[in-house]
Amino acid sequence: MEFWLTQAFNGISYGALLFLLGSGLSLVFGVMRIVNLAHGSYFLLGGYVGLTTAARTRSFALALLSGSLAVALIGLGMERFFLRRLTRQSLPQVLLTMGFALVFQDLALLVWGGDPYNIAVPAFLAQSVQAGPVFVNFYRLFIIGVAFAVGVVLWLFLERTRAGASIRATVDDAEMAQGVGINVPLLSAGVFALGAFLAALGGVVGAGFIGVYPGLDFEVLPYAFVVVIIGGLGSFHGVVVGSLVVGLLDNFGKALFPELSYFTLFAPMALILALKPTGLFGKR
Amino acid sequence: MSAALVVAGVSRSFGGLTAVHAVDLSLEPGERHAIIGPNGAGKTTLFNLIAGELAPSAGRIVVFGQDVTRLPPERRAALGLARTFQINTLFPNLTATENVLLAVQGTTPTKLRLHRPIESYRHLYERAAQLLDSVGLAGKGSEMVRTLSHGEQRQLEIALAIGGTPRILLLDEPTAGLSPSESQRLVRLLKRLETSLTLLVIEHDMDVVFEIAERITVLHDGKVIADGDRDQVKASPLVAEIYFGSD
Amino acid sequence: MTARRAIPFSACAALLLAVPPFLPPYPLTLLTQILIFAIFAMSLDLLLGYTGLASLGHAAYFGIAAYAVAILATRSQASFWVCLLAAVFAATAVAAVFGFVAIRAVGVYFLMITLALGMVVWGLAFRWVSVTMGDNGISGIARPTLFGVSLASPLPFHYLSLAVFLAAFALLWLVVRSPFGLSLQGIRETERRMRALGYDVWLHKYLAFVLAGGFAGLAGALWAYYDGFVSPVEVHLVTSVETLLMVALGGPGTLFGPILGAAVIVLFKNLLSIYTKRWLLILGLVYIGVIVLTPKGILGALRGARR
Repeated sequence: MEFWLTQAFNGISYGALLFLLGSGLSLVFGVMRIVNLAHGSYFLLGGYVGLTTAARTRSFALALLSGSLAVALIGLGMERFFLRRLTRQSLPQVLLTMGFALVFQDLALLVWGGDPYNIAVPAFLAQSVQAGPVFVNFYRLFIIGVAFAVGVVLWLFLERTRAGASIRATVDDAEMAQGVGINVPLLSAGVFALGAFLAALGGVVGAGFIGVYPGLDFEVLPYAFVVVIIGGLGSFHGVVVGSLVVGLLDNFGKALFPELSYFTLFAPMALILALKPTGLFGKR
Repeated sequence: MSAALVVAGVSRSFGGLTAVHAVDLSLEPGERHAIIGPNGAGKTTLFNLIAGELAPSAGRIVVFGQDVTRLPPERRAALGLARTFQINTLFPNLTATENVLLAVQGTTPTKLRLHRPIESYRHLYERAAQLLDSVGLAGKGSEMVRTLSHGEQRQLEIALAIGGTPRILLLDEPTAGLSPSESQRLVRLLKRLETSLTLLVIEHDMDVVFEIAERITVLHDGKVIADGDRDQVKASPLVAEIYFGSD
Repeated sequence: MTARRAIPFSACAALLLAVPPFLPPYPLTLLTQILIFAIFAMSLDLLLGYTGLASLGHAAYFGIAAYAVAILATRSQASFWVCLLAAVFAATAVAAVFGFVAIRAVGVYFLMITLALGMVVWGLAFRWVSVTMGDNGISGIARPTLFGVSLASPLPFHYLSLAVFLAAFALLWLVVRSPFGLSLQGIRETERRMRALGYDVWLHKYLAFVLAGGFAGLAGALWAYYDGFVSPVEVHLVTSVETLLMVALGGPGTLFGPILGAAVIVLFKNLLSIYTKRWLLILGLVYIGVIVLTPKGILGALRGARR
């Protein structure tokens, strides 16, 4: 019983982290149909920038902010000056994002070196408490909290604002959206930056937990894709469901079938894609 | 003698919009039939239904006695149905000869052979050269399609459709974008086609229609509003009002 | 093959046959590596350049074959030929299964599903430690002795690789010049018209996918013997994308382009890492540069310049 509760809690908190990672990718894919192989790099760079900020300013909040904003700018630059030239050309876009992923990987290695780091989190978050049968780690609660807050804000943004409506319209039908007067290039730039922001935020949050180290970018990238594919390309609800499912599946998988744990994660993903190419909740 | 093509009560809706409504059409083998009507009347949608790109919401389509309603385009092609497209749908980065070769081998098992170079199939090349010649593209065989003029591409469009030796040919606005002399050449080509070949043509150019077609169906708002021979349709006041009036 | 092409081609072939004994060991092994990746890249070109299908998981078949050789060679007494055949068979079989799942998707969705399938294989390679040794990989793959000659030294193994490369090239050349090959190109250009002309597009794509997987497996099997060591890197996304780059860089749809691309990337990675630690950064910039500057690859750019 204890085992199941602990694993469930861990799975949910991991899912929360994955939500931050995956929501950006889903949005970007939904609006622009881009397979961004540098998405993991955003997560990594966010973590590193946050790390340095935290070390210099001793402020965790500032770390969260700086990491996310810095990478959002990088994402904006990538979209505006490079990806935009290749609208709707899937393969060149993929190769381009891969190029950037490699560049980011090496630059990060150059700047921060090869050692793994953990961000210094505020003391009150570093505690754990025994709540009944479950060992509750405050930082995991924090991750869940951040993801929840971000989720709510994102949902409100998408459902209740003009900009959000424009985004949803463009996900549904980009040509129609342009025809109705929506500034699709501006929207694309914004969404891409937002995607990078979310991933980077996840990276800073994650840095206090799983740490930040070389290779993290390509480690989390598959997870981002699994979340988005299972949940649905371009669907907000899908990402929520997807990240929870993946978080739980991964945790239980690792605990119960360690040798097949990636398989139990990726095979359902491949299967879902085979049956419904746009993911569980995806739109065409 | 069974009909070449029977369209029975075919309808197609897109959401709330009905593009084609309970259309009936019947063509005898060797018949030259035209479909006319204002823009948006549902003519190309009807073609897409007959060709198999769209599934009807209701009705049946029968080709030479076989119900093809559930069959995809490639299976209908195997039964002898061929079509051209309103907008040139060619293979831009292949040569004119390669384009025609694809059409010629499309209804033969040769298309899956991977053990011999295609150059070794001389009869395919001969047929391809013949076809290019018949549409006035002799000597243009080794040119990349994307370097051909619009008129030449339109001719190639026809060559692809007749390459597979079809029994029914659907032509979607074959003279679209052609100069008067090019249109005339096309009409001459169509008149030279096998008399056993059944022809169904969508056209806006009424001169072309009256030159080629024996029977004419008039479509408006997805419905058949007139169907008869040249003289009947010419004389119909209903047609004149709806079609010529709104042009 | 036109006369204009035949002359440089024969010259290259002659060079490939005559030069190796005069090369020092390191350049010779690099050349062997180029040949192996050229087979891999050509197999992907069949899919990408000729059929228009961009796969993000092609390394799966390369790696499955490599692992098959690794497992059989280190844990059984199977001969070289058995290992080779089993490896190619395994790669082809998996491609046949995966193709069934993947071919219905188009465009970016095909990218996604091949990515997913590639990850399934990687996940197994990484975690199924009892079979694949996980991250540690399988080492100690011994080179066989064929026809009385030990392939342990670089020169004999190079000639084996050359023979396999030439055979693979000849077979692929035949395929792309056949009616089937032309059909694939038609599908790449305008699927809609192909259907109207009577082609079962799904079947053609599926066959191309399986063939491509088989040839990738051939390369993978050779690689296992070349390197003596197989690890999850062989089936990683990075390897799949790198092969895509080889094809894109060299010029897709030409068979020669991927060979050129493979040569450039292999030389680049190996030689550059001697001179600088930042070779990954430069490789990344190459990716970006290639896409931005030469969308049709090197061969495409050369052809364009000639006109």
